Amino acid sequence: MLEIKNLQVKLEEEDKQILKGVDLAVGAGEVHAIMGPNGSGKSTLSYVLSGKDGYEVNGGSATLDGANLLEMEPEERAAAGLFLAFQYPVEIPGVGNMTFLRTAVNAQRKARGQEELSAAAFLKLIRARAKQLKIDAEMLKRPVNVGFSGGEKKRNEILQMAMLEPKMCVLDETDSGLDVDAMKLVAEGVNALRDGKRGFLVITHYQRLLDHIRPDVVHIMAAGRIVRTGGPELALEVEQNGYADILEEVA
Amino acid sequence: MAQARPGRAVDATRARLAPLKLPEGAAPLTAARQAALARLSDMGLPGRRDEYWRFTDPAILNAPEAPAAAVLETDEAPVFDAIDRLRLVFVDGVFDPAQSDDPALAGVEISRLAEVADDDIHWAHGLYGTLEARGQVPVARPFAALNTAFAGDGVLIRVTGRAARPVSLCYLHRDARSDIMLHHVVRVESGASLTLLENGPAAARQNKVLEVDIADGGAFHHVRAQGRDHERRAITHIFARLGTESLFKSFTLTVNGSLVRNEAVIELTGDNATAHIAGAAVGDGAFHQDDTVFVTHDALNCESRQVFKKVLRNGATGVFQGKILVKEGAQKTDGYQISQGLMLDGDSEFLAKPELEIYADDVACSHGSTTGAIDEEALFYLRSRGVALQDAQDMLVLAFLSEALDEVESEEIAGDLRARLEAWLERRRG
Ligand SMILES: Nc1ncnc2c1ncn2[C@@H]1O[C@H](COP(=O)(O)OP(=O)(O)O)[C@@H](O)[C@H]1O
Ligand SMILES: [Mg+2]
Repeated sequence: MLEIKNLQVKLEEEDKQILKGVDLAVGAGEVHAIMGPNGSGKSTLSYVLSGKDGYEVNGGSATLDGANLLEMEPEERAAAGLFLAFQYPVEIPGVGNMTFLRTAVNAQRKARGQEELSAAAFLKLIRARAKQLKIDAEMLKRPVNVGFSGGEKKRNEILQMAMLEPKMCVLDETDSGLDVDAMKLVAEGVNALRDGKRGFLVITHYQRLLDHIRPDVVHIMAAGRIVRTGGPELALEVEQNGYADILEEVA
Repeated sequence: MAQARPGRAVDATRARLAPLKLPEGAAPLTAARQAALARLSDMGLPGRRDEYWRFTDPAILNAPEAPAAAVLETDEAPVFDAIDRLRLVFVDGVFDPAQSDDPALAGVEISRLAEVADDDIHWAHGLYGTLEARGQVPVARPFAALNTAFAGDGVLIRVTGRAARPVSLCYLHRDARSDIMLHHVVRVESGASLTLLENGPAAARQNKVLEVDIADGGAFHHVRAQGRDHERRAITHIFARLGTESLFKSFTLTVNGSLVRNEAVIELTGDNATAHIAGAAVGDGAFHQDDTVFVTHDALNCESRQVFKKVLRNGATGVFQGKILVKEGAQKTDGYQISQGLMLDGDSEFLAKPELEIYADDVACSHGSTTGAIDEEALFYLRSRGVALQDAQDMLVLAFLSEALDEVESEEIAGDLRARLEAWLERRRG
């Protein structure tokens, strides 16, 4: 489904190569994890996939079901089925969370040639999904992420994901800053979306989250490259020995 | 206050006054008009050198003859059309009874300035021009004095109860060369309340004064939308005086207009009073919009809020001059002021001069002013959720304006105004 081949990315403003040839393929229904030390390029990968400005792709490709992601506008990528749960969700004063979600859901439906959801249908859907994530009505009314705690922001990301029903979900450190209970809630939200078809790319610093969201494949990224790929046991190895051993081995 | 004016300013004032004639009317009005004319002669009209006119060139407001302004042809329903209200219509600055509702509203007395006889307006005798005159200190406002002297039409509204419907002043612009002055006086008696709506471009050039005197426990809500005509020029003043535990809320939407200066002079004279004044302005190209606000706290435990937001593109200019003056003894004052410009491109300009002057020690006053572009992070966040670029931009523009729009208490009216802003953005799409 998601195919990344030899992806090379530098900063637009600086002569700094961040991704130095990333290869990765996530098949339908698979859950892949990317782990790696800080600064290795994990967030950069997620931003480049979703189309953030400031990066220049100077080699390789990224496709979703064969469509070239790199040529699309961010909103087109979303309509094509890509979703990024941000490491740092953005606060947007003045835009109500509910209004935002309804606009987003209907924009995507429109882009895909589907009929827009009625206000009533939308409300019913969001209430059910929000309840699963323990997001109360008051949080839905507040401006997007404004005054939300770290955990609330991350749950709000998962709510958006649940509402938008993407094909391919990229989660960037959705576990960071969460206590155990909040993490379980988030993991349940993600697991509820695993339907055998949807793909997941779970970026995380810690093995913890992977106890709850069981990955099929684990990749280790370092200095802009995937340096090791293995099964879930690779995450445990990192947990026990840190990244040092793996990095030494590769070097 | 009389200062020696440079010869040119004297000439300019003389030239401006030459074609004008004091209107005829009830004796107390005539006295007030003559007093205003004397004030104006002392002050003279402003020049570019006046500190208070540093950011806005008054030349076109000074000119003896107003330049023409094309009348906007549109089939858009006027603002407030869906609101249940008592409509009073002015066509190029002249009250038109034929298009107006019967001015009968329980708890509200309405008279036309051009027609009042001495007896009708016993309550207004000490009022017409009074708040304007008070508002000439410490900063001169010559156009307001000019208005008090020469405005021939307007309404005098006395509110003695809780008005069931808003009074709505509709200003139609029909003549491309119209040059008008309107003067309204509102007296809200103790415990009474009124919502006053104003909408429409009014004229090619307008000079409007609104004096609002709110007695103890009175409430006055004011919402205006200044019309969409592009070339029109406007200078408006609101003078408000607030009694104990009274409430004053005013919101202005400015869309287009080549020159608009809205001044507000608000004086909190009774304890525990609340005054909020807000504005949202959107301008494209030949647009110069200026909000000049002066709030004086002269009582205990009062709250004032100034919220001004301007969205500018394509060479448009926004100006904000806002002052909070806390007089000696005005303890427990809670004063807030924010002015922000959102630049949709690199050509536009937002000029702000926020000021605090405080002579009491137990007060909480804050002010802030920012100029910026659309937040790229927020834009990307919205787009990454599938919201198209233009829609995402418009959402952020409306979000920027919302703090000002939130000052409009009626959701119905706020919704109407929001729709106008959406339409303005819609018209600017490529
Ligand atoms: N916009 C940017 N400006 C400057 N440096 C950046 C920017 N984006 C990423 N980087 C740099 O790229 C490297 C990878 O960062 P990032 O992708 O955030 O790593 P990770 O998510 O794995 O911690 C880091 O050295 C970081 O400082
Ligand atoms: Mg990161």
